[in-house]
Amino acid sequence: MELAFFYLFAAGIVGASLLMVTRANVIHAALLLVLAFLFMAGLFVLAGAEFLAGVQILIYAGGIMVLYLFSIMLMNVGVAVRLRQWHRQSVLALAAAVLLGAEVWAVLGRGGYPGAKAWGWGLGQTPGNVEALGEVLYTKFLFPFEVASILLLAAMIGAIVLAKREITR
Amino acid sequence: MPREYVPILTLLALAGGFGLLTLAATFLFGKRRPTARKAAAYECGIIPQTSARGRFSVKFFLVAILFIVFDVETIFLYPWAVAFRDLGLYGFVVMLPFMGLLAASLVYEWKRGALEWD
Repeated sequence: MELAFFYLFAAGIVGASLLMVTRANVIHAALLLVLAFLFMAGLFVLAGAEFLAGVQILIYAGGIMVLYLFSIMLMNVGVAVRLRQWHRQSVLALAAAVLLGAEVWAVLGRGGYPGAKAWGWGLGQTPGNVEALGEVLYTKFLFPFEVASILLLAAMIGAIVLAKREITR
Repeated sequence: MPREYVPILTLLALAGGFGLLTLAATFLFGKRRPTARKAAAYECGIIPQTSARGRFSVKFFLVAILFIVFDVETIFLYPWAVAFRDLGLYGFVVMLPFMGLLAASLVYEWKRGALEWD
């Protein structure tokens, strides 16, 4: 049953992604990306990472997609549709993708990423995922957590400086 | 498969099924007599002035970025709220600099006029 859902979600991701990169209309591609994100959230749920699934939907399918759509709307989509959709680097890109896939295959074939086991938690055995994350994030990973707020501040100031012309009083 | 997700899955199936069924039923049984006005995007709404494919102002982008910053901030609050009882006073103190810095960024944003639509 679980395996059936895994294949369903995985096929959904692959299918949506393939459709996404072959669309001429960028808006359609963006909507297909949302679909891929939702399937990915399903995969996170299967892996027992409920918090990541929630983040995936809230931040990626919600926030990041709004950002993508707004930046698409800043461009002239009507012109973009009529542009040539392939360029000469596609062969090179395919070769790079195959190489990357082979690397992932090699690592997974040797029993997975070593860092995953360092926690001592098996997948799906975490004591209530969000709770466990909260207890670790605010104690052991306190410093990265506090740094994140500085990063957010920098992102906001950068956006305001770039998009706002002058200080309005 | 975590069993708690069966209701969510049922809801998804019901919602998707309702949409598909409605579309299929109207496609199969409905009569189609299209006119130019019926085929408009907002058949009984505001008459479109120009194409919606025009370029939008960069102000929307700024709004989106500001939205994401605070979206990410709330994400950090979720596990904190869940683990708060165990963390106790320590958890409260730890959250102060994080929230303080983000409050400062909100003040900056406000003073800078980034919330104004000029």
